[in-house]
Amino acid sequence: MYEHDVVVVGAGGAGLRAAIAAQEEGADVAIVSKLHPVRSHTGAAEGGINAALRDADSWQDHAYDTMKGSDYLADAPAVEALCQESPEEVIQLEHWGMPFSREEDGRVSQRPFGGLSFPRTTYAGAETGHQMLHTMYEQVVKRGITVYDEWHVMDLAVTDEEDPADRTCHGVVAYDIQSGEISGFRASGGVILATGGMGQVFDHTTNAVANTGDGVAMAYRAGVPMEDMEFIQFHPTTLPSTGVLISEGVRGEGGILYNDEGERFMFEHGYANNDGELASRDVVSRAELTEVNEGRGIEDEYVHLDMRHLGEDRILDRLENILHLAEDFEGADGLTEPMPVKPGQHYAMGGIETNEHGETVVDGLYAAGECACASVHGANRLGGNALPELIVFGKRAGHHAAGKEMGEAEIPTGKSGEWEPADYEFEVEVGETGSREPAAADGGAVATDAESVLDAEVERAREFVEELLSRKGRNHAEIRSKVQKTMTGNVNVFREEPGLKETLGDLREARESYKDVAVSDPSRTFNTDLIHTIETRNVLDIAEALTMGALARREFRGAHWRKERQERDDENWLKHTLVSWNDGEPELWYKPAILEGENKTYEPKVRSY
Amino acid sequence: MSTQIPKQTEKAEETEAETEAETPSKGDERRAEKRRRADEKRRQRQAEEAEKAAADEHTIELRVFRYDPDVEGKQEPRFDTFHVPFEKGMTVLDALMYARDTYDSSLTFRHSCRQAICGSDAMFVNGGQKLACKTQISELDEPVRIEPLPHAEVTKDLVVDMEHFYDQMEAVEPYFQTNDVPDGELEEQRQSRENREKVKMSTRCIWCGACMSSCNIAAGDNEYLGPAAINKAYRFAMDEREGEDVKQKRLEIIEQEHGVWRCQTQFSCTEVCPKDIPLTEHIQELKREAVKNNLKFW
Repeated sequence: MYEHDVVVVGAGGAGLRAAIAAQEEGADVAIVSKLHPVRSHTGAAEGGINAALRDADSWQDHAYDTMKGSDYLADAPAVEALCQESPEEVIQLEHWGMPFSREEDGRVSQRPFGGLSFPRTTYAGAETGHQMLHTMYEQVVKRGITVYDEWHVMDLAVTDEEDPADRTCHGVVAYDIQSGEISGFRASGGVILATGGMGQVFDHTTNAVANTGDGVAMAYRAGVPMEDMEFIQFHPTTLPSTGVLISEGVRGEGGILYNDEGERFMFEHGYANNDGELASRDVVSRAELTEVNEGRGIEDEYVHLDMRHLGEDRILDRLENILHLAEDFEGADGLTEPMPVKPGQHYAMGGIETNEHGETVVDGLYAAGECACASVHGANRLGGNALPELIVFGKRAGHHAAGKEMGEAEIPTGKSGEWEPADYEFEVEVGETGSREPAAADGGAVATDAESVLDAEVERAREFVEELLSRKGRNHAEIRSKVQKTMTGNVNVFREEPGLKETLGDLREARESYKDVAVSDPSRTFNTDLIHTIETRNVLDIAEALTMGALARREFRGAHWRKERQERDDENWLKHTLVSWNDGEPELWYKPAILEGENKTYEPKVRSY
Repeated sequence: MSTQIPKQTEKAEETEAETEAETPSKGDERRAEKRRRADEKRRQRQAEEAEKAAADEHTIELRVFRYDPDVEGKQEPRFDTFHVPFEKGMTVLDALMYARDTYDSSLTFRHSCRQAICGSDAMFVNGGQKLACKTQISELDEPVRIEPLPHAEVTKDLVVDMEHFYDQMEAVEPYFQTNDVPDGELEEQRQSRENREKVKMSTRCIWCGACMSSCNIAAGDNEYLGPAAINKAYRFAMDEREGEDVKQKRLEIIEQEHGVWRCQTQFSCTEVCPKDIPLTEHIQELKREAVKNNLKFW
């Protein structure tokens, strides 16, 4: 058993910032991550960090843009925290040496991004995430923070009271990929989940292979609701063959989208008459797919993104990385030809329900970054708002877990505030298959003192691994692939009821198949077969909750489009979707979005660009 | 279980790196070389498209190094052969994932982002250090021979122990140090565009370890800091925001016995770097800085 005050799970931007913050508050903190920190997917973020740094800009404008971009489903207290604190966090990164792009006067550069009323996206070329990740890891090295890298966290050690609000998280159970050791990590102050995205739920994604939503699924099984899971951002410019991301920075700098007929369709077909290519991401993604569906796509699959007119100097200065990506992964030379692009899964707006301090409904359990849902993005995230979320909420969660006094949160968690049961009956059974497994999978434990809870959880994890290694059965890869295909087929940019129902059925079958899953590699050394098999369970839990939310929400808001009702329905749907695991029988419920900020209320308006 | 394509087994051959001494090349030559390769690639692509029908049925033969200290029958290193259906644009990583997910789920390699930024999948492909995710199968001779990075301890199959690499990276005080942080709230330290440009390439390192693996000096001197760590030192030593006193300390670190003076400018690191960092030039520049600095105190 390893013991620390604070245990951070995941070592991307949010995890590293949380660890630094907890240490600043005097806590003994450790990071447990299935990847070495510099391998984290924060490194792939290209565009930049929104921060109101300049006199002509204000955090209030940033908050307004973010609320509008969210299609009025974000919670204002979280949005205002993001926008107020992002500037100081960006300057903190600068003081840690982050190599930002610079203006003539030596100050950090900012550029326009979709949905922003001021060019406030602070950037380092088209590799902002890479620079941010490495800058923060440098600080972790400097401070001597303990990192258990290539340790895969399997589950949380949480007590088993009936009401999740009465439960306490005492630590995590992790598997050392290198040696096969399974051990408990006691966290007396708190566990912070910072496990990033869940793009592996889909088969065309900008996300890494490691982005299997582990933290979201673990928290879910421990009783924390998943919030707004149906809101998935499909990035409009990903390379068709691999899903590799082409930054919004290309359009920010003036890149233009064309269809097969050479039309600048964002304007010529009236998708966004003011902002054109720089409309919000969901708008551009739908426009592209509509072009393809109506026969104006190239090879019936994609559209063209052209940046040649920007000139070689400007491209090399600000977007050099894009040239390499387009060449290495699609064989296109961005200097001499347009680049093929199509929408791809990019980001999960939803995730583990938290308040603005990063706290979940379970005592001692926090979440920050993409895996969390505070919510700052609501129904749609603006480009350049993910990186500030990592540092602002990573820091907040780190401080709170380390015991810093931060006052009462305004966002309620669990059913502590106003809530209502869902009005939707699922025709397909969801949740645990057959008779309930012993608590092995849902993170519950009978004992209540920390040590017994952890010991019991470690024991269960060992038994689970032994069983996976010893029995014969199916390979997880076929199950995962089936999930990814049905999700991309029916729970994509355009969604309609029959397809969503079909997917829920497919997922049921996949859950049944998973009961027979087995690991054929018997090794205790670097057994990635085992790790991927455990991850696939997480992918299944998330895909199901996501599809449940998509079926229940019969309106079109932000990234969630429904054929049955192609307009926003503020009368009925200004509310968050929550799915609770409920010990294996998932329960769908709602809570209202909070549109009241510190000094103003963000009244829903038509979201046009 | 999926059908396993018949495997051929052979005795492991010595996987000694044969890093030839390179002719020193300048940045321009590298770029010219890149352009030449790109042209070649384009021609190759056109040829491929012409033969599309044929390509559809084409399979690629991979010969992959296998070793597992923990599993009977794999303790003796060997090569396994996999036949993977070729698809246009297929990378070495795509082929390995296909082989793993279709034929043998115990085939082990690190990978994550698939886009050359996480630095997990540096391997020895047909005798050269490459990032598997950005190496097109179509550019390689068959059979494609895939081995773990040379000069590192093999953990299992294509996975090597990276601890030594990380230790070297951390030995150069790899974090920003300055006494010059402005007092004003929300005030950044100024940095000229020229200076940012100067350190830009050095900040692109993704810690993949290809350079260290390719370096003959590092192979013979385990304490040598190696190209990546020295490049990390360069990234800070050349950053004008750190100030002269810090630079002084940095030069002392890289001038140690196993530091910059070990480099014999063979350019193998520069040649294999998947991010095109001019590592050798950076090492040379630090040597010059160190000499200048020593003269100053002489």
